[in-house]
Amino acid sequence: MDVLKKVPVREQDPEVRAHNFEEVCLGYNTEEAQLEAQRCLKCKNARCIEGCPVNIDIPGFIREIEKGDPSSAYKVLSNYSALPAVCGRVCPQESQCEERCIRGIKGEPVSIGKLERYAADWARENGVKPDMPSEKKGKKVAVIGSGPAGLTCAGDLAKLGYDVTIFEALHEPGGVLVYGIPEFRLPKESVVKSEIENVKALGVKIETNVVIGKSVTIDELMEEEGYEAVFIGSGAGLPKFMGIPGENANGVFSANEYLTRNNLMKAFDATYDTPIAAGQTVAVVGGGNVAMDAARTALRLGAKVYVVYRRSEEELPARTEEVHHAKEEGIIFKLLTNPTEILVDENGWVKGMKCEEMELLEPDASGRRRPVPKKDSEFELPVDTVIMSLGTSPNPLISSTTEGLDINKYNCIVADEETGKTTKEGVFAGGDAVIGAATVILAMGAGKKAAKAIDEYLNNKTEKSL
Amino acid sequence: MYQILKKEVLNPTVTLMEIDAPMVARKAEPGQFIILRADEEGERIPLTIADYNREKGTVTIIYQIVGATTEALNHLEEGDSLHDFVGPLGRATETEGKKKVAVVGGGVGCAIAYPVVKKFHEQGAEVHAIVGFRNKDLVILEDEFRANSSKLFLMSDDGSCGEKGLVTDALKRLIDSGEKYDEVITIGPLIMMKFVSKLTKEYGIKTVASMNPVMVDGTGMCGGCRLSVGGKTKFACVDGPEFDAHEVDFDEAMERSTMYRPFERKAHEETCNLFHKEVR
Ligand SMILES: Cc1cc2nc3c(=O)[nH]c(=O)nc-3n(C[C@H](O)[C@H](O)[C@H](O)COP(=O)(O)OP(=O)(O)OC[C@H]3O[C@@H](n4cnc5c(N)ncnc54)[C@H](O)[C@@H]3O)c2cc1C
Ligand SMILES: Cc1cc2nc3c(=O)[nH]c(=O)nc-3n(C[C@H](O)[C@H](O)[C@H](O)COP(=O)(O)OP(=O)(O)OC[C@H]3O[C@@H](n4cnc5c(N)ncnc54)[C@H](O)[C@@H]3O)c2cc1C
Ligand code: SF4
Ligand code: SF4
Ligand code: FES
Ligand SMILES: [Mg+2]
Repeated sequence: MDVLKKVPVREQDPEVRAHNFEEVCLGYNTEEAQLEAQRCLKCKNARCIEGCPVNIDIPGFIREIEKGDPSSAYKVLSNYSALPAVCGRVCPQESQCEERCIRGIKGEPVSIGKLERYAADWARENGVKPDMPSEKKGKKVAVIGSGPAGLTCAGDLAKLGYDVTIFEALHEPGGVLVYGIPEFRLPKESVVKSEIENVKALGVKIETNVVIGKSVTIDELMEEEGYEAVFIGSGAGLPKFMGIPGENANGVFSANEYLTRNNLMKAFDATYDTPIAAGQTVAVVGGGNVAMDAARTALRLGAKVYVVYRRSEEELPARTEEVHHAKEEGIIFKLLTNPTEILVDENGWVKGMKCEEMELLEPDASGRRRPVPKKDSEFELPVDTVIMSLGTSPNPLISSTTEGLDINKYNCIVADEETGKTTKEGVFAGGDAVIGAATVILAMGAGKKAAKAIDEYLNNKTEKSL
Repeated sequence: MYQILKKEVLNPTVTLMEIDAPMVARKAEPGQFIILRADEEGERIPLTIADYNREKGTVTIIYQIVGATTEALNHLEEGDSLHDFVGPLGRATETEGKKKVAVVGGGVGCAIAYPVVKKFHEQGAEVHAIVGFRNKDLVILEDEFRANSSKLFLMSDDGSCGEKGLVTDALKRLIDSGEKYDEVITIGPLIMMKFVSKLTKEYGIKTVASMNPVMVDGTGMCGGCRLSVGGKTKFACVDGPEFDAHEVDFDEAMERSTMYRPFERKAHEETCNLFHKEVR
């Protein structure tokens, strides 16, 4: 074994997986996991921990894997994270825990994510559950949104003995984990559902089909329904469009719509009723994780797919692993390319996309290299479908219906970074709703901090009233 | 689960259901809608809140059987339950301060128009209800409209009931005869709303159209329901469903409403086959 290299992880062959929705990465088996665990130096001053937004005791859980005790490894993980099987799969490890790993100085870092996934999957397959809460506080807390932020906050509060109810607008809990991230990266039935079951096993109630701000407001929850604190984890679900001509033509979708039809509504599975206009030649505009997911979904639905991004490969915001996988599967990258118009046929359908080539200027004050159009470089990309993946912002449904809840100019809820405290008494917030579209683990970190702050807030309130 | 407490056939293709949904009933206002899923594999479809009873905790929906999902919905009976039922969604009709209005409904759009008519009526406004149907077999809610409006003008394409002609004919005549409306509200097929809008624009009467684009989530998350209004992109589920009719790009909306047609046809055939087999 070469200690400078990660133990390679088995993956579905690119030729095969381009035609199915099963998980791409197959994960480590016990033997592989133990081998990889040996590469970890179990550093006293483990720098990897600082790179993890929820500060998981990484050498701690890896040590248990090495000993051949994945059950204990899972116990260590669940002290820090409610969704280890999710994070092991979708965290951008290369810029977080693994980026700081000592092993990474000379060779490849320890494969922390894959080990985390191994322990969590083992626990699930072997029926290991997180520990149940001991005491009951007899106090109600409402959590809005069942994405990673809400689930984490709810789980932590339940562990502290609170009576927690999550309110979710959609018919299925999970947030982006169910409607955004596709099956082939994050299996819904086996992984997401069972992690949500673990949160429920702690006593958390989940009420789906409730849109806060419409079905009921935060003020009503607090004044009429006896919730003493509220956590808002409503995400950043409002899609952006470019504002170029032709954008409302038939065949132009937001990545959210395309992915929701396929993931939440399961359009890829013929037993479900929701249709998807998958397209034969698809341009995905954007370069983030969402763009990669949309592109790889369209590919699996049978399309030839271009990713159109206005900067260069270096600036692609998507995880390197996803870009690598996308290329292996045959996605064509049109970099330094910017759409200027969507061409529409006489029936109102997309028939092509006008683009211009870009070049990058020297880095400006912000350190980013600004793309500018090259002169006379316009060309036409022959596509029948365009998926806009330009980012999302928080939905104003909640902020516009809650008295005294401030937002900033990006529609993000104003909240304290450490506690999630908002401008409204008893109301806390975190995740994408506060910082804009970010990552699963940052949302979880925010949910965790808010749970702690809510506990402190409610303890103080009780003391004062005594 | 949301139980079907009552099911009533209004005409061969239009059915009314009363659903047990206390949380929706508590907040429902005219102009708003719900999204339902009949079963686990079903699609999410929006239907207008045709009526509600806050005490009983019920919401009434009226739907026309046009495709696979409405067909499947129609095979459920009293006592059965809907898998999902979420709302109220969208913005309520702005009724405040309007003394005299004309509400123009067409076909099943009349189900959507009815709660709006009722609300204006309850608030003491003078309401002229102009409702149009293809023929007399398709007429719905005639008594309800009569009871809740100052005047009812019933129109049919073939003259088999009410007066022969289009709703725009009736509206034009009323305006020409000197009726002064604070606002015209139009709800029905896109093509009808387009012509109502064209007519009132000529007369400079403020007009609101209730738009019904294809929706998925109904919370502003997918952008599938977008429309061009005054040259700007709007999401009907959160910014609407009612918009200033004179600003709406109806032609674009008509094109967008056909986007899934090939898929819908296939789905409808399959659903019909499915139910045929079960019947036999
Ligand atoms: C396609 C895609 C791929 C991604 N890939 C990755 C990845 O690989 N790695 C990674 O770390 N991150 C990834 N992300 C980002 C990550 O998923 C998000 O940052 C994270 O899910 C945010 O969590 P959250 O809990 O704040 O919000 P969300 O996950 O957005 O959950 C919010 C929930 O609140 C609900 N809600 C909203 N408004 C209301 C309301 N008014 N009432 C009731 N409920 C409401 C929503 O329906 C939703 O279920 C991806 C995102 C997308 C869209
Ligand atoms: C805000 C709103 C309120 C509505 N209120 C009513 C109502 O009170 N009564 C009523 O009968 N109908 C109403 N509709 C229309 C109703 O949603 C569609 O008739 C229904 O979705 C058709 O589904 P289907 O599978 O039976 O038919 P399909 O064969 O799938 O579709 C037939 C046509 O219905 C439209 N449609 C299809 N899917 C959707 C969808 N997901 N969302 C919206 N429209 C769709 C399309 O124009 C399509 O061509 C409303 C629509 C909206 C947006
Ligand atoms: S949660 Fe994410 S960042 Fe933290 S250790 Fe696991 S993979 Fe790394
Ligand atoms: S820094 Fe790397 S080697 Fe050290 S404990 Fe963390 S994972 Fe192990
Ligand atoms: S239905 Fe999805 S944004 Fe309106
Ligand atoms: Mg349908």
